[in-house]
Amino acid sequence: MTSASEPTAPSILRPRRDPLLGVAIVGIALLYVRALAFTPIEARQGAAQKILYIHATSAIVGLYVAFGLMAVASLLYLWLKDAKLDRVAESAAEVGLVYTTAVLVTGPLWGKTIWGAWWTWDARLTSTLFLWFIIVGYLLLRGAVEEPGRRARYSAVLGILASLLVPFIHLSVYLFRTLHPMPIVLKPSAPSMPPEMQTTFFAGLLAFILLFAALLRTRYRLATLRDLVADRDQEHR
Amino acid sequence: MTDVGIATPPGTLAAAWLVARKDLAIEFRTRTAFLSALVFALLGVTIFYFAWDATAVAAADLAPGVLWVIFTFAGLLGLQRSFGSELADRAIDGLLGAPISREAIYLGKALANLVFVSGILAVTIPAVVLFYNLPFGPGIGALAGIAALAAIGLVAVGTLFSAMTVNTRMAELLLPMLSLPFFVPIVMGAAQSSARLMAGRPIAEAWPWLRILVAFDIVFVTACTLAFPYTLDE
Amino acid sequence: MSERPVVQAVGLVRSFGGRRAVDGVSFTLHAGDCLALFGPNGAGKTTLLRLVAGLLAPGEGTVHVGGVSLRQGAAARGQVGLVSHASMLYGALTVRENVELAARLYGLPDPSAAARAALALMRVDDRADQPARTLSRGLQQRVSIARAMVHAPRLLLCDEPYTGLDDAGSAALTEVLTERREAGAALLLVTHNLTEGLALATQAAIMRRGRFVRHEARELLDARSYQSQYRELAAVHD
Repeated sequence: MTSASEPTAPSILRPRRDPLLGVAIVGIALLYVRALAFTPIEARQGAAQKILYIHATSAIVGLYVAFGLMAVASLLYLWLKDAKLDRVAESAAEVGLVYTTAVLVTGPLWGKTIWGAWWTWDARLTSTLFLWFIIVGYLLLRGAVEEPGRRARYSAVLGILASLLVPFIHLSVYLFRTLHPMPIVLKPSAPSMPPEMQTTFFAGLLAFILLFAALLRTRYRLATLRDLVADRDQEHR
Repeated sequence: MTDVGIATPPGTLAAAWLVARKDLAIEFRTRTAFLSALVFALLGVTIFYFAWDATAVAAADLAPGVLWVIFTFAGLLGLQRSFGSELADRAIDGLLGAPISREAIYLGKALANLVFVSGILAVTIPAVVLFYNLPFGPGIGALAGIAALAAIGLVAVGTLFSAMTVNTRMAELLLPMLSLPFFVPIVMGAAQSSARLMAGRPIAEAWPWLRILVAFDIVFVTACTLAFPYTLDE
Repeated sequence: MSERPVVQAVGLVRSFGGRRAVDGVSFTLHAGDCLALFGPNGAGKTTLLRLVAGLLAPGEGTVHVGGVSLRQGAAARGQVGLVSHASMLYGALTVRENVELAARLYGLPDPSAAARAALALMRVDDRADQPARTLSRGLQQRVSIARAMVHAPRLLLCDEPYTGLDDAGSAALTEVLTERREAGAALLLVTHNLTEGLALATQAAIMRRGRFVRHEARELLDARSYQSQYRELAAVHD
């Protein structure tokens, strides 16, 4: 089919570099520098404690930001039926998977160094493991359904149910066992980390959120392009 | 045919009952799914017994774990067939075209699955008591209650996912993959509370786990009933 | 007739992905009307039928059956009977059980009597206690039709109902459809067989690519010229 009947290509088709990605990568690099060179070493755990700045930050972004975004986008999709929301959910899930995998990799590395065991079934790590399974299930479901409307609906239903499941997983696993270092950052009374560590931590959080946003945007663009191609194929059938 | 009387479409619960009865009638005709799941459960329970060092761990201590894990897998076998009969010849269109609510279809199917799973439990639990030398105490009665709570949760989530996966590729793999994370709180709640109750511990120790089971049931029966219409191609 | 129409469809649109399967269809049927719908494969006839049966929700447009919008709830579907390509039967249940289930789902006061009557009309009552899957395709079709009519629907939607029927079955179906029309029901008949369709029709339409390209009263048509015009219209198809 010629392009005579097509309107000018939407702006999304023009290739572009995402400045946000550059900023995020610089941010992460700065974080590394700060964490390794300019933050004091923690007394009990030694240098290995610095993995916290990747591990805990990834956990927070992966769980709260990625999963939360996926859940909210799913709910809104069922209400508004806008395909954009489905793409946001899909992108958040994939990027969230990356972050969750990072947590599951850094966790054992940290654990082996300070506790001597690779895996200890402690509450937080176990919850993250289940979260990982849930996101994988979500992506597999998406892969198994071809029709886009049905795929979006099924994913949205799963996304919402999964977000309802997460508190139950937390509760069950916590009740079962608690071994994780006690929360030292988000305590309401007073965080037990010295100020330099806190700064590094929050800087890390910011850097990883920026990275998440950049990756999300790129993944979202990919999803939009893919759907555009699929729609065009459908029309010409 | 001209005079069939005044039609009053059934309400949600009555319609659900019709759907459940229909599913159970179909299942009863062939019985293969039920018998297969039952044999699977009994075999599983038996095999597990030989997978442990009987001198190191008392059989009675293993029993709760074995029971509830086998229960989930046998339950999955039953759930697999749940929507199969609707797909052949598009019988589901008959239900969707009738003046009954979509929720009634879900509740009816879930109810039929509940009967199916309860039937399996009714045989498997006595088998576990027998094979694993569980003491006959008040704990056994509690087991029935826990079984009911666990079955309701399993069936609520499983029926919904069965509806979604039935027309996907790899349905037999996808259903367990999606459902098992959801079954985790059920298995933990059921196993931990039944272990404590059968060891004769006070109910206060099992109570936190029972609470999780009850909360799970309430949340997911509601959520899945509300979500079901979205799984239909409308 | 100024009485309320049996069915009124206005501006129905339904898309799948990027493709409009039904692209702005409207029609009205009163008691005794029969709309014969012709068209090539892929024209959207089955989708249209499913929209009017309440199995699919329209992207745009409304369907009112007996004055009640299908969107308003389940009850409006109680007036509709659907005969589709698939038999919609449960193979493991007997013929009688299938039809009785339908009778119960529609809330009839005496489901067994209604089922018996419907099966007798379609001349499958002698097979009533056989499992549905043991019947031949043609007999299953008869049961499917009995199932669709057990609740004496005011609107009958039929998707190529004559497919697979032998002479006796076809005769039974025509009898039943005629009786239903005389009782005040409206029919929407999708068929490839122009002769059969025009024989029963009070309106005729040709659907192509989601639209009615022709729609007129039967009495204005000459069967033979309609046939050649239809072949022309149906053949040009990308």
